[in-house]
Amino acid sequence: MKVLVPIKRVVDYNVKVRVKSDHSAVETANVKMSMNPFDEIAVEEAVRMKEKGLATEVVAVSCGTTACQETLRTALAIGADRAILVETEVELQPLAVAKLIKAVVEQEGPRLVVLGKQAIDDDANQTGQMLAALLNWPQATFASKVELAGDQVQVTREIDGGLETLALTLPAVITTDLRLNEPRYATLPNIMKAKKKPLDTTKPETLGVDVAPRLKTLRVEEPPKRQGGGKVADVAELVAKLKNEAKVI
Amino acid sequence: MSTYTAPLKDMQFALHELAQIDQIAALPGNEEASPDVVSAILEEAGKFASGVLDPLNRVGDTQGAKLADGKVTTAPGFKEAYRQFVESGWNALKCDPNYGGQGLPYTVATAVEEMWHGSNVAFALCPLLTTGAIEALMLCGTPEQKEKFLPNMVSGKWTGTMNLTEPQAGSDLAALRSRAVPQTDGSYRVFGQKIFITFGEQDYTENIIHLVLARTPTAPEGVKGISLFLVPKFLINEDGSLGERNDLQCVSIEHKLGIHASPTCVMSYGDRGGAVGYMIGDENRGLEYMFIMMNLARFSVGLEGVGISERAYQRAVAYARDRVQGKALGDQQKGAIIRHPDIRRMLMDMRAHTEAMRGLTYVVAAAFDHAHSHPDEATRKQSLAFADYMIPIVKGWCTESAQHVTYVGVQVHGGMGFIEETGAAQHYRDARIMTIYEGTTGIQGNDLIGRKTLRDGGRTAAAVGMEIARIDDELAQLPGEAFASMRKAMGAALNAVKTAGEYVAANAQSDTRGVFAGAVPYLELWGVLCGGWVMARAAVAASRLLAAGDPDREFLEAKIITARYFAEHILVKAPGLAREVVGGGASVLALADEAF
Repeated sequence: MKVLVPIKRVVDYNVKVRVKSDHSAVETANVKMSMNPFDEIAVEEAVRMKEKGLATEVVAVSCGTTACQETLRTALAIGADRAILVETEVELQPLAVAKLIKAVVEQEGPRLVVLGKQAIDDDANQTGQMLAALLNWPQATFASKVELAGDQVQVTREIDGGLETLALTLPAVITTDLRLNEPRYATLPNIMKAKKKPLDTTKPETLGVDVAPRLKTLRVEEPPKRQGGGKVADVAELVAKLKNEAKVI
Repeated sequence: MSTYTAPLKDMQFALHELAQIDQIAALPGNEEASPDVVSAILEEAGKFASGVLDPLNRVGDTQGAKLADGKVTTAPGFKEAYRQFVESGWNALKCDPNYGGQGLPYTVATAVEEMWHGSNVAFALCPLLTTGAIEALMLCGTPEQKEKFLPNMVSGKWTGTMNLTEPQAGSDLAALRSRAVPQTDGSYRVFGQKIFITFGEQDYTENIIHLVLARTPTAPEGVKGISLFLVPKFLINEDGSLGERNDLQCVSIEHKLGIHASPTCVMSYGDRGGAVGYMIGDENRGLEYMFIMMNLARFSVGLEGVGISERAYQRAVAYARDRVQGKALGDQQKGAIIRHPDIRRMLMDMRAHTEAMRGLTYVVAAAFDHAHSHPDEATRKQSLAFADYMIPIVKGWCTESAQHVTYVGVQVHGGMGFIEETGAAQHYRDARIMTIYEGTTGIQGNDLIGRKTLRDGGRTAAAVGMEIARIDDELAQLPGEAFASMRKAMGAALNAVKTAGEYVAANAQSDTRGVFAGAVPYLELWGVLCGGWVMARAAVAASRLLAAGDPDREFLEAKIITARYFAEHILVKAPGLAREVVGGGASVLALADEAF
């Protein structure tokens, strides 16, 4: 069984994100980039499936600029077998990415797609769901446990009220939550081997997908600065402040 | 709390612009070290350093290694981290592929090892010593010895140690007394006590390979009668399995100022009839082999200085940004202490020293690679001479600078720096050993004057000086105050080194004690010159990249500013240091011993 793992190159989670001076977007030039942490969990899960003999091949795919190759190499160093880059300079939005991955799925024929529940840059939390809808496959989002058995997969997912377990029939889409696993550190021999693993490049045009943005960003701004706090004398004053000043109740 | 983040951008800059790693990758055997692979290696090593080693640094300090019934228990988490470290293949990075290593160049290994030292210097000592033992075996082990021991040492399944020091034989190894008695089967029985043995005993691995200096019964007195022996903790059976426990033990571990997670052992050999040992290389040539090893070990200790300085700097910056105290001069509002001019001076001082040390160590690592694998013999020789000359400077100057940087790191924290909780004090304590082990700064100074400068009549010193002086033309071509300032300071420092060098050469015979009394200032003088040189080269490269439209202007402009700071605040000390060397010996030696 082949597993496809879509991954995204994002601003590294350690970087303090800054807004561009023209407020058009977040600054990404000369900023450390790395794999979206949720996607790293997806790669780890797929590689574990392969190590347990449940999957035969793990293919990582990323959509974006040439620089995404570096991120794909990281996935190869963790243990993916090969990688595909859908190369484009166009700013990709979740729907376009879902369409591109759908096209790759149709080419590759995986039985399972595992990807992060959201990317830490725009936090859209849409690609996996849109992909499942476009493919007309079942989906299990926010997975914290995945048990594969034959053509069935049981997914425990984290929901507000607790845990929910779904049974899906393959092919299916799973999006990963933080507690699914703890990604390994890539080993030095695997980092070296990653260079030699196949990485194919294709383009949206080749896949026949129109990636033109559907959404327009009007303005990007820093969150408002935190105002200084104050002490209240009693509950009554607190309630009054919440009601009249903060206007939240 | 501050966490260690590998300074990948500056490391990449130093690798590409100063060590010229593209040339290293072009050397035969280094094909694997392409820029993208190196970048991936640094990235992943950085994750390991931040994610596994850094969180254990404080635990290592507070809990330390413990000894009970001859068994050492390392600090909580260290055993598991070691397992992860070796399973990830980091131990084998620069080792020979014939024995399971990755065979990556020294230059790459240097950047990676800086991260281990930066995140957890006590942890990094064990792999450092194992690497030293591997090098010794590679250099003079028989093919059978290599086959028997190297694969497990390269993989990290077994660790290695270096046993030189004895209670009466520290810097003076001629006084060494451990004995090795030949047996009819060709092996030896080793007897004696060794002290200061780093990771002489640990709970990481099933076996430990000790390299021990000892004298055979027929050996001459002094340094010419010392041989090198391999003494495993457990003997190895014919089939490679572990055999009998050898007659050696750790009798105590030291209570130290710093590096608490590194067990510093007193080792006793031969209490029950003699520890089985095997001679490595030729009889009576042990010290010679050790000195080859020691060159590499000295370089590594210099690199520890770089790593710990980076760590101290990161911690100080994090605190200075966070800590709000008073209104800085010229500011309207209360703000973080980073706004205060003197705090900035301290941070710049830490930063400039650290970047200069990094540049210098990477440049010297590149010389190791050229000396090792360049196809042209003349280049190999030249690179080796350069590297040999630089080793006492790297060891002496980088570790002395690390004292300064970690000291300033405490100072930035103010009163909280004196409180262990902030972590600044640990770096200060951990750094303290670095100017002592593998040859004190005094020994490095003596080496620089005696072996490195005088022995070849000052030829290498002059050649290195000439190479450094070439920066003048490049600086002269660049406009602006920063480059003018660097040029002025470099010119003065080169003159200072020349004056001091001539004085040393002219007076070494007639006033030997007086000249050697200036050995450490002479070393420091070379240190600031070399630091100024690599920073000036970095600034020239940054200016070239800026002109070529490199988009990372912020980083490159900061590099030029930092280089200027180095020139104006650190390099300017060169003429004063030269005055210490020239004639300064008289007042050092004038008092009678009794007058102290």
